[in-house]
Amino acid sequence: MSQQEGRFNEEQQKEKDQPNEAPEEEAAALRKASTASRRSALEKKQISLGRSQMTKRLEPSLNWKTTVDAKENKSSLRDTQEEKHGGRLEKSRPSTSPGRAQLIRKSAEKIEEIISESSSESEEDEEPPDHLQEANADLPSEYWQIQKLVKYLKGGNQTATVIALCSMKDFNLAQETCQLAIRDVGGLEVLINLLETDEVKCKIGSLKILKEISRNPQIRRNIVDLGGLPVMVNILDSPHKSLKCLAAETIANVAKFRRAWRAVRRHGGITKLVALLDCRRPSAEPAQPGLYEARDGEVAHCGALALWSCSKSYANKEAIRRAGGIPLLARLLKTSCEDMLIPVVATLQECASEEKYRAAIKAERIIENLVKNLSSENKQLQEHCATAICQCAEDEETRDLVRLRGGLRPLASLLSNTDNKERLAAVTGAIWKCSISKENVTKFREYKAIEALVGLLTDQPEEVLVNAVGALGECCQEPEGRVTVRKRGGIQPLVDLLVGTNRALLVNVTKAVGACAVEPESMMIIDHLDGVRLLWSLLKNPHPDVKASAAWALCPCIQNAKDAGEMVRSFVGGLELVVNLLKSDNKEVLASVCAAITNIAKDQENLAVITDHGVVPLLSKLANTNNDKLRRHLAEAISRCCMWGRNRVAFGKHKAVAPLVRNLKSNDTNVHRATAQALYQLSEDADNCITMHENGAVKLLLHMVGSPDQDLQEAAAGCISNIRRLALATEKARHT
Amino acid sequence: MNRKKLQKLTDSLTKNCKHFNKFEVKCLINLFYNLVGDVTERQGVVVGLDRNAFRNILHMTFGMTDDMIMDRVFRGFDKDNDGCITVSEWVYGLSVFLRGTLEEKMKYCFAVFDLNGDGFISKEEMFHMLKNSLLKQPSEEDPDEGIKDLVEITLRKMDHDHDGKLSFADYEQAVREETLLLEAFGPCLPDPKSQKEFEAQVFKDPNEFNEV
Repeated sequence: MSQQEGRFNEEQQKEKDQPNEAPEEEAAALRKASTASRRSALEKKQISLGRSQMTKRLEPSLNWKTTVDAKENKSSLRDTQEEKHGGRLEKSRPSTSPGRAQLIRKSAEKIEEIISESSSESEEDEEPPDHLQEANADLPSEYWQIQKLVKYLKGGNQTATVIALCSMKDFNLAQETCQLAIRDVGGLEVLINLLETDEVKCKIGSLKILKEISRNPQIRRNIVDLGGLPVMVNILDSPHKSLKCLAAETIANVAKFRRAWRAVRRHGGITKLVALLDCRRPSAEPAQPGLYEARDGEVAHCGALALWSCSKSYANKEAIRRAGGIPLLARLLKTSCEDMLIPVVATLQECASEEKYRAAIKAERIIENLVKNLSSENKQLQEHCATAICQCAEDEETRDLVRLRGGLRPLASLLSNTDNKERLAAVTGAIWKCSISKENVTKFREYKAIEALVGLLTDQPEEVLVNAVGALGECCQEPEGRVTVRKRGGIQPLVDLLVGTNRALLVNVTKAVGACAVEPESMMIIDHLDGVRLLWSLLKNPHPDVKASAAWALCPCIQNAKDAGEMVRSFVGGLELVVNLLKSDNKEVLASVCAAITNIAKDQENLAVITDHGVVPLLSKLANTNNDKLRRHLAEAISRCCMWGRNRVAFGKHKAVAPLVRNLKSNDTNVHRATAQALYQLSEDADNCITMHENGAVKLLLHMVGSPDQDLQEAAAGCISNIRRLALATEKARHT
Repeated sequence: MNRKKLQKLTDSLTKNCKHFNKFEVKCLINLFYNLVGDVTERQGVVVGLDRNAFRNILHMTFGMTDDMIMDRVFRGFDKDNDGCITVSEWVYGLSVFLRGTLEEKMKYCFAVFDLNGDGFISKEEMFHMLKNSLLKQPSEEDPDEGIKDLVEITLRKMDHDHDGKLSFADYEQAVREETLLLEAFGPCLPDPKSQKEFEAQVFKDPNEFNEV
């Protein structure tokens, strides 16, 4: 008895003072020896994480304990241990040293955040390897104390359970050692079982712990594996508000990956969480000064937190909408105080990526509130509002709404604050999408946003750059915008960005550079900086959208450059490259390349070269398409290419004419114009006229002669006249 | 009791007892007399619920099972310590029991847990109350070790002035930090479900309240 007490006191003493004596070599060796046997015991426990196990686990024995809490000496121990147990430790990821564990957890969490930000549907990284298998021998005392508490949880009545739960809560549950301590002796099963009892106090105590430890990605997965989520979802029905809050908060922490999102949805969790948002509904309970109550606003806040986590899944976004989530979120947006707003706005922002939502969002006048909250003091709130606006601004009406509600000024002014990068990325994103509307660009110019955006082109992280350049690309669609960018020295940094590897960034940069190149003065600068060559080399980029964007950008470059023909010829292998792109599968690439060829072929020498490279058969092959954009640019290219040597005849031989006639049936006037012009050019050759006539071109062209578009009129008329002339000549020849 | 006296009693109880309105007090008084049964009032004899009857109620209605705690609850209700709960003690007691504010409940619970009434909850008292709270493992050498450990844990958590026992100030501070510790040593308050059922029944029609 006294022996036990002695040890008892030892343990207590160890907690009170934290001696950090350096262990003797022998002591260390002793510990290691006992480690080996205990480790295999631990590993045995590891294997059975399943629910069914409530078998007797090996009780932690106090026999081996020394008085020393050797936290500090873990690193030295670990090194020596690795030497001795070389083969056993496959990965050297220390898990028990608290400092290192926190570091690793932080970096793992950071990766989580980045991944979840970049694409909505993504989840955490692959499950990190189970740490404890390489566990260091010297686990801190907390580990054993917690395990003891779990034992009391298993074997205690309600009173003992509550005491143990309250005591467990005092440990630093953010620390991985403590989290794993709970898990390793089946603590998770017990905690989840407690949630299924009727005892309110036990449920509260258990949820408080689960809420904290579920910040660990491994533990989250374990909780879901053990069926913890359906249990928590059921608790959302509880009449006690504080239970509802805790359950929702715990779900918010657990539901960070696909299986969890699915589980919540399958058990009707989304509907229940949406119901929590409704704080206007009079509670069924008479107002009792209960111990388990909370404010209604708090319940809604916790519900919003949980929905935020769950809304990363497409299916859940849909479920939220169907459950009537948007009007409730809108109401909360209007009535809540600022602290409560972040999860509400964040959920709206997640959901706004879907088109169905945008209509509902417009209907609920949410944009007004988002704009209002852009001026809040809270940076995170501003960030989420800006992101939400960015998502919604895909729609034109919303863009106008943002302007009408005075949203453009705060966005522009937030550009000057470059410290908070996440917020800056969100703001530039919103500005980008809003700039798609011309009136907004005018306003942005007024607020000097373009200058600020140019300032962001250097020394910012990629998330910011993509958006800032995108915004500039839109602003440069107008002449005044282009001038401003040039005068602010924006061309150089833009051209510098052409050498990056980020796909989204390249697409935006090429668009921006192309927009600038429309202005001859800017074009000079671009040329001087070798920008055209950089654009040309982007035609070799593996991503089709980059290729296409670069090709589109090349068109104004070639149009506006001095000595364009020379310049193009100076790119070694450049013309061959362009012609070969006609073999691509991607319609956008094809259309853009045709446009580029149209411009290249203005120079006779270059036209000769590309003819040699086989542009005629390649273009002919493309004629059979339904894509209007491609039809138009293809026809323009063919028109141009007819003006060299025997190309007209060659097009005929390669069977380009008939499909071109068919393309006249399109509804797009641009297609009509371009095709009529191409046919006009082709009709200089007699055989082509015959083909056109055979394919019913005359009838189609006759309609177009009456068109309001003058170029179309002329081309159609010219073509018909050629066909007629041939017909007449043939007639004449026959009768003579 | 004649009507006039009853009325007076109802009024005074309603006034002094903050958590029940007049109708509710009436119901509780009715219930009391139903439970006590037909007893003629005689001079010198106190009409009330004795220990057994009261513990019966605690057990049947509120699902309490811990004998020691039930005893302490009886003592808590029976303010003048005469072994009998009068109608006033009944109403006042229930006022805290069912609807007490946190302060009132804290005082009440502390009194329940302070077994010898000396103003402190000592380690021995804690041990006494927690004696049966852990399942005895057959393999355990000393079954009391777990209990002692629990007592230590609780003391460590709640004893803020480090004098080895819990004063009311210690207890109060601990409960304010963590409400779950209100009934740390045993359930001496009704659980929400039985409370709801009791109130629903009694305040609807106390005559229908069925007691075995």
